Amino acid sequence: MKTKLLTLALGTAALAFSATANAATLDDVKAKDFLQCGVSTGFPGFAFTDDNGDWQGFDPAFCRAVAAAVLGDASKVKFTPTTGKTRFTALASGEIDMLARNTTETFSRDVDLKFTFAPVNYYDGQGFMVRKDLGVDSALGLSSATICIQTGTTTELNLADYFRANNMSYEPVPVETNAEAQEKYLANACDAYTTDASGLSATRSAFENPDDHIVLPEIISKEPLGPLVRQGDDQWADIVKWTILALITAEEVGVTAGNADQMKADSTDPNIQRLLGATEDNYGAMFGLDNDWALRAIKAGGNYGEIFARYLGTETPLGIERGVNALWTDGGLMYAAPIR
Amino acid sequence: MTTATQIVDGPVDSGGFRLSQLIYDSRYRSYTIQVIAMVLFMVAVGWLVDNVIDNFRDLGKEFSFGFLFQPASYDINQTLIDYNSQSPHWRAAVVGILNTLLIAVLGCILATFLGVAIGVARLSKNWLIAKLMTIYIEGFRNVPVLLWILLFSTAFSALLPSPRQTEPMLAGFLTATNRGFYVPATIWSEGAGLLAILFLVSLVAAWIFGRWATARQEATGEILPIFRIRLAIIFLPVLALFFLLGSPMTLDFPELKGFNYQGGLYIRSSFMALWLALSLYTAAFIAENVRAGIQAISKGQTEAAYSLGLPPKRTMNLVILPQALRIIIPPLISQYLNLTKNSSLAIAVGYMDVTGTLGGITLNQTGKEMECLILLMGFYLTISLLISGVMNLYNNAVSLKER
Amino acid sequence: MSDTDSETQVFRPDDQIGGMSLAYVSTQTIPASHSPVSTSGPIAWMREKMFSSVSDTIVSLISLAVIILVVTSLMSWLVTNSVWTAGSLAECREIDTGGCFAVIVVRFSQFMFGFYPSELYWRPILAFALMFVAAAPLLHDTLPRKMLFFSAAYPLLAYWLLWGGSVWGIALFVGALVLTFVIWQLLKGFNMAIAAIVAGLFLVLWFMFAQGSVTSFIDNTIGFVGLESVESSKFGGFLLTFVIGVTGIVASLPIGIMLALGRKSNLPILKALCVGFIEFIRGVPLITLLFVASTLLNYFLPPGTSFDIILRVLIMVTLFASAYMAEVIRGGLAALPRGQYEAADALGLTYWQATQKIVLPQALKISIPGIVNTFIGLFKDTTLVSIIGLLDPIGIMQPIRSDSNWNGIVWELYLFVGLIFFITCFTMSRYSMYFERKLDTGHRS
Repeated sequence: MKTKLLTLALGTAALAFSATANAATLDDVKAKDFLQCGVSTGFPGFAFTDDNGDWQGFDPAFCRAVAAAVLGDASKVKFTPTTGKTRFTALASGEIDMLARNTTETFSRDVDLKFTFAPVNYYDGQGFMVRKDLGVDSALGLSSATICIQTGTTTELNLADYFRANNMSYEPVPVETNAEAQEKYLANACDAYTTDASGLSATRSAFENPDDHIVLPEIISKEPLGPLVRQGDDQWADIVKWTILALITAEEVGVTAGNADQMKADSTDPNIQRLLGATEDNYGAMFGLDNDWALRAIKAGGNYGEIFARYLGTETPLGIERGVNALWTDGGLMYAAPIR
Repeated sequence: MTTATQIVDGPVDSGGFRLSQLIYDSRYRSYTIQVIAMVLFMVAVGWLVDNVIDNFRDLGKEFSFGFLFQPASYDINQTLIDYNSQSPHWRAAVVGILNTLLIAVLGCILATFLGVAIGVARLSKNWLIAKLMTIYIEGFRNVPVLLWILLFSTAFSALLPSPRQTEPMLAGFLTATNRGFYVPATIWSEGAGLLAILFLVSLVAAWIFGRWATARQEATGEILPIFRIRLAIIFLPVLALFFLLGSPMTLDFPELKGFNYQGGLYIRSSFMALWLALSLYTAAFIAENVRAGIQAISKGQTEAAYSLGLPPKRTMNLVILPQALRIIIPPLISQYLNLTKNSSLAIAVGYMDVTGTLGGITLNQTGKEMECLILLMGFYLTISLLISGVMNLYNNAVSLKER
Repeated sequence: MSDTDSETQVFRPDDQIGGMSLAYVSTQTIPASHSPVSTSGPIAWMREKMFSSVSDTIVSLISLAVIILVVTSLMSWLVTNSVWTAGSLAECREIDTGGCFAVIVVRFSQFMFGFYPSELYWRPILAFALMFVAAAPLLHDTLPRKMLFFSAAYPLLAYWLLWGGSVWGIALFVGALVLTFVIWQLLKGFNMAIAAIVAGLFLVLWFMFAQGSVTSFIDNTIGFVGLESVESSKFGGFLLTFVIGVTGIVASLPIGIMLALGRKSNLPILKALCVGFIEFIRGVPLITLLFVASTLLNYFLPPGTSFDIILRVLIMVTLFASAYMAEVIRGGLAALPRGQYEAADALGLTYWQATQKIVLPQALKISIPGIVNTFIGLFKDTTLVSIIGLLDPIGIMQPIRSDSNWNGIVWELYLFVGLIFFITCFTMSRYSMYFERKLDTGHRS
């Protein structure tokens, strides 16, 4: 009898818990009035804390854009630092609403781990950085070298594949974080450091003498990086997807954080009007937002180009060229589907 | 208590069993409580398992260990058995397990030596030594071991020279680079088997000599320098044969080739950092145990031994240490257990132990958290239970037979 | 020195037979002279303690040389050439060659509080200070026993200070606790077991269904009174270390007592469950339990439930600590003389009465040094949460080192964090040793 009562109590308790579950992420986010966004625990340019303890960087900027689109306020984001190991569980369990942690889109992550990737916001590829005085000018010259590598990422698998394919041997030195890798590489405890090319530039930029180091020309993998969300909530996936596309479109049509309001009022270009919600199309309402969603996202941190320039571009210590991440009109791969 | 109250308020057995006895009769109450506890436990476990099944269904995951047989497709630097990136995940796990055992065993050995030495030195009459050892013990004990591991790792990579700037030291017997340490490897040629056989024979001979010497001492009272004679029995014949055969052993010295030193025995700095940090940290605790053990033996024991005419060294060996060990060994073994568990922090310096392979890369690449962690915890649990089993055996063997 | 005193004897001539005075008998006390320089004073001390034999001298000289070498080289890095004000590592390097401690100055508040809002720093500081007041009566038996009420209320108060939130919620919580107690008292006379179950059920159901909604109802009708709430993702640095460490110890105490009693009980199933739990937790490394917290715990809860990572870590750390706590308390129980148990039985006390009134008060007192030691261990072990991405003092080095201003800095950070840990743990261990000595003077079993 007593046990029955207790089972009953536990059962009802379980029900009470699950009542909050399975609601659409958008309603969830609106109800709690902030966006929980997973970022890295620290990666130059992509995620770091400033002296005030605020998260800054390329990835947080996209979180802020989504928060602005959904909640109308770019500051309504809470960041959860995740490691290579914890990031997917954090997203799958609903602890975070979206993951923006320079994560490579792969088949198994999409299909097997059940995530939906938003459009790629950074095209990357795995490369190698070595000291100039090592006299190596190709990755093929790295046979029997000691190579520092961040564990818990796809880079490990790429590296194993590449050396196996070229019949070379190497000595992997696994490290947990970029900061450790850099420390080891600078101390010459490894001959080469391999990670995404963006990460290499970022790391190199922080060196005292960046010119003593070169990034080898070989890019041994494709690393399309982008935010991701849980599979099965298409509305939420759409919101994240189109927020990114809106930022890219904004760059394409020349809307910036500074001129967005004015453009909305003055522009006669239908592309811009649709983007900024100046028409009566009500695109926002189609996924549960209002008409100004894209306007707010752009005003939060600028268009794609502005975000890139602020955290990664040639004006920053990282000094990364746009390269393949330029707009398609400039010969890059950034090609946003039209908003119509 | 059950028996005590039974006489007072237990009902006379003649009456039939009533349901209320389950609560009020102390004979049956213990069953009621246990049944309730068991049922509660089962309900809780059932609830957890049910949740796991639900969650797995929702996420479309399945619970299976099949991934263990798929290729791991990552490389491991330190492998004690054959392994390459095409080997299956289970083999990667075994490589990790062996690396864990390696660091645990070597760590325990070094920590014991250091700990005993430091514990004894802490009681030294020399004020300076005693104080230095106190500083060592307090310094290591009161800072988290993770910090020590990181510190050693940083120290090795930042303070030692890179391979190209390194010159072999000690006539080539040690090459210290910031990637690791190289020592010559031994290569045995023909005749090595003979040496090994002779060595085994000498060991047996030394053992027989020991028994004979003890018997002789008991019979005549004469004491032989057993230790020195034993050493001679073990090593002299082997050395003689070694030179007779014309040194059937060559040393393979490491040489700088390309990026790194090649040849010789390569001890990676991740291993060294973990090994030293764990050993030094654990040694501080062992030193305290040793000190406490020695101090716990009352001074009367020493005085009694002296008055019997035993010299100080024999007093220590025959009177003090055997008693102190009884106190020292149980906490010593639990320190071994701690060291083994702490070796899982290898993940912080990139030493590929079982937490790094099975609980690290395999878990990340396959997304099989449940399966990997069950296996990982099972492994550590087995090791722990084995070690505590040994400890219980020892405790039973040495516990004072009180009369 | 005392030898000289005892040898100086006083002769009084008057005592001599016939009042004869002997010329060679001294009439006054000879003042105690100083012992020779060779047996007292610093030189003798050094000779005895450092240079008593050849080997001793060699060892002492070598250690002295090492000490001098280490101290002088550290001095230049730590003191004479160190930099305390700069905006980045590059600036530091321009100023001087020593350690760049400017990073500690700039990021000090992050090391202490993580990302806790800076205008609310007074709350964790107050909670920290009150912690000593709460712990005092437990660690000092001379203080008035009334203070224990504050100790009991402290966890709730600290929770409210740190996380903030409505004061109504706290009041309702206290109300629910009081009500639970009243229910228990009322039903206790009828039957203990039923009373416990009904009271427990009431408490559980209250939290499941009523607490949240009633709180928000009062907030909406009467108005929100309380502190601005701070979510746990803002916690970091040593604040996080203390929150995890203290919560782990406080929450593990009752569980540990139950487990220890269960392990000593003569009910086989209960005992087996307790032993199984304790041995399992003690047999696996904490890091695997933290992996469970970070990757698995959500699978064990109904679909869709999700706690934030800090709460999950707190749960696992509490489970971890309670197994160790159980062993400490078991030691305390075992140290009680058998006569105490027998006396309780002889008085006809029931198991719970004996445990509550005789066994536990004594066993817990004996266990205090062990509990403090467990706390020190747990406090150090909290650094492991950095491996699962929490920003404790070690974890927070990561984003700091990723900031391009401070890229490449490492020794200064390690030194600072290590020093704080050392000071805290060393103080606590000294205290525990003092307490142990104090207990030792009493009865011995």
